[in-house]
Amino acid sequence: MDLSYTETQDMLRDTTARFLADTYGFEARQKMIASTEGRDPGVWRALASELGLTSAPFAEEYGGMGGGALENLIMMEELGKVIAVEPWLQTVVIGGGTLQAVGGSVAAEVIPQIIAGDCTIAWAYAEPTGRYDLAHVSTTAKSDGAGYVLSGHKAVVYAAPWASHLLVTARTGGSTRERSGVELFLIDAKAAGITRRDYPTVDGFRASEIYFENVAVAAEALLPGGIDLIERIADEATMGLCAEATGIARKLLDGTVEYTKQRKQFGQPIGKFQALQHRMADMLVEAEQIASMALMGTLKLDLPAAERKAAVSLAKAKVARSLKFVGQSAVQTHGGIGITMELAIGHYFKRSTMIENQFGSADHHLERYETLTLPV
Amino acid sequence: MDLEFSPEEIAFRDEVRTFIAENYPRQLRGKQDEGDELTKEDFLSWHRVLHAKGWVAPAWPVEYGGTGWTVTQRFIFSEETARADCIRLMPFGLTMVGPVIYTFGTPAQKAHFLPRILSGADWWCQGYSEPGSGSDLASLRTKAERDGDHYVVNGQKTWTTMAQHADWGFFLVRTDPDAKMQEGISFLLIDMKTPGIEVRPIITLGGEHEVNEVFLDNVKVPLENRVHEENKGWTCAKFLLAHERVGIAGVASSKRGIERIRQIAATELDGDKPLLANPFYRRKVAELEMDLTALEFTELRTLAGEAAGKGPGPESSVLKIKGSEIQQRLTELALEAAGHYGAPYFRGFGEGDNEHPIGPEWANRTAPSYYNMRKTTIYGGSNEIQRNIIAKMVLGL
Repeated sequence: MDLSYTETQDMLRDTTARFLADTYGFEARQKMIASTEGRDPGVWRALASELGLTSAPFAEEYGGMGGGALENLIMMEELGKVIAVEPWLQTVVIGGGTLQAVGGSVAAEVIPQIIAGDCTIAWAYAEPTGRYDLAHVSTTAKSDGAGYVLSGHKAVVYAAPWASHLLVTARTGGSTRERSGVELFLIDAKAAGITRRDYPTVDGFRASEIYFENVAVAAEALLPGGIDLIERIADEATMGLCAEATGIARKLLDGTVEYTKQRKQFGQPIGKFQALQHRMADMLVEAEQIASMALMGTLKLDLPAAERKAAVSLAKAKVARSLKFVGQSAVQTHGGIGITMELAIGHYFKRSTMIENQFGSADHHLERYETLTLPV
Repeated sequence: MDLEFSPEEIAFRDEVRTFIAENYPRQLRGKQDEGDELTKEDFLSWHRVLHAKGWVAPAWPVEYGGTGWTVTQRFIFSEETARADCIRLMPFGLTMVGPVIYTFGTPAQKAHFLPRILSGADWWCQGYSEPGSGSDLASLRTKAERDGDHYVVNGQKTWTTMAQHADWGFFLVRTDPDAKMQEGISFLLIDMKTPGIEVRPIITLGGEHEVNEVFLDNVKVPLENRVHEENKGWTCAKFLLAHERVGIAGVASSKRGIERIRQIAATELDGDKPLLANPFYRRKVAELEMDLTALEFTELRTLAGEAAGKGPGPESSVLKIKGSEIQQRLTELALEAAGHYGAPYFRGFGEGDNEHPIGPEWANRTAPSYYNMRKTTIYGGSNEIQRNIIAKMVLGL
């Protein structure tokens, strides 16, 4: 057993942190998300082609640096520290993770494009009434001999307006919520029959409702693996999110501590008051639990499915709970200024609140954990 | 990073497991799970077995009798001893005064006391708290005045755990009444058989005799029994508090505790279904496992930092706060599982007593354990003091 990072991993973290500190200040981020596109595409280009960071979690056979889930944890944590809106989770963790799991010619073709920064992916899996059930898929994929024809509606697809490819869950057979018959398709985001309604999200990203009307795709668009693969990818994405939460919680705490050293009331810095000190001590305790759970779940991603799911669910449930406490405490400690758009703290809080329920709420994951580990 | 144990680590784990199976004293088996009160001889019997094997003080430097184990080996050892429900060793010598003596003591103190701590020849107790000095430890008033080649100590200590068995005690005493609070304190080793010492029991809510009051009336203590310089005792006290908190997380034993709760809740019936099928009880078990897993990985991250050369620092307050809360929640869940049978007051079978227990056997100790474990968020620096430490030492407030 060894829980230390390698030198290469430390370097990856340092390089990323330095780059993001220079490019992703609060003002710069505000400008990016207010622009028409909602981001600065130059940042993604720099992460990929200039710094080569997108190669970190990929196997060497695809031109990667041979890393994996830990490299994604490092990147997501650092991206979280600046509440970056870059599509790392969707493109590298979800898209790249799926392709690495599937392998073959599609992986050999698309992964190098991801590494080069030419391919960005969005994951169209959620449906309007499916909540967090990954098998709730009413979008259909009907075989037409040559390939498949997709029809349906996907909800709140993060990063879809920027995507060159869509990773779509659709049903080749069975009824809504049945585990069998659900498949993954990697398709061109501009394919005929796709309409998008794009919108900003409350946490600074861009997302879309996507409507598929008889979208014809080739037979090779189906990436074999079914619901088991989909669950695995969702678990990897969930741990990416927990790593992002680690970075955000740390900044919520640091920002709050810093603010209470400056802000004076009753003739002294409010950080001198024990009521606030104890709340901030508890914020540190919970921020540490978030970091621990992000690491725990990430290190267990390669275990057999039942153990992996139990570990990821335990991690996400804890992260959701602790993040709610850290975020709400940060706002409360700031007082009135905390509920305005003026300080960064509020923007961290907006993102942290969305993370709580993304890929499943605390309740959803506790229930999944109970079903797996507390048999009666 | 790698969560898996290496082949060497697996071999070590098997060695520990086999050793426990073959050498853990027969008369102690199951005693802790049943919540029985343990005698001095109970504690010493396991201590002596470990000492004979050279495993009694894994964290000590090798030159003083430590094992030289890696952090992972120490982790494995604590997991295995908890898994086998081995009783916990008394910490006062091994994890408290021992490290103070090998860090701050004179060569003579090291040569005399350390081997006797390892062998269990001396039973130690801790003379810190006073009736007027609880969380505000530095306000202590027990005074030591120089008289030739010794000090004369007068005052009163309280909450002195297991002092009824103690051969020696380590005491914080005031040697300079005019200095600022922390600066006039010294750290003395006192032979508990010295004339003028009186130990009186305090009975706690579970009916146990664990803690005592200790009265010191003109107790003569040789100068050579002072550790570190005069008026530098607070340095030793702070060092000891940081050390005490690492083990206080109690991860391995809490994991064992959850296993027990699972077994109980799977067999205890609520009508025609096991208690574990109750959605509310189930959720509490899941939440406790969640928090314990988070604590376990926080401890592993701390240990990894320690292996990389960072000693236990103020971050160990995080482990103390979470660990103690989880220990308490375990006893809450057990008491809740007992239902009606949490109430009967049953002190165990006396000699030759053939009475049947009242209700399920495990249920009898759930309420006393629950009462008893309220101590965990109070002792070792209350959890509120831990939050003060985090605010000051970690957050710089």
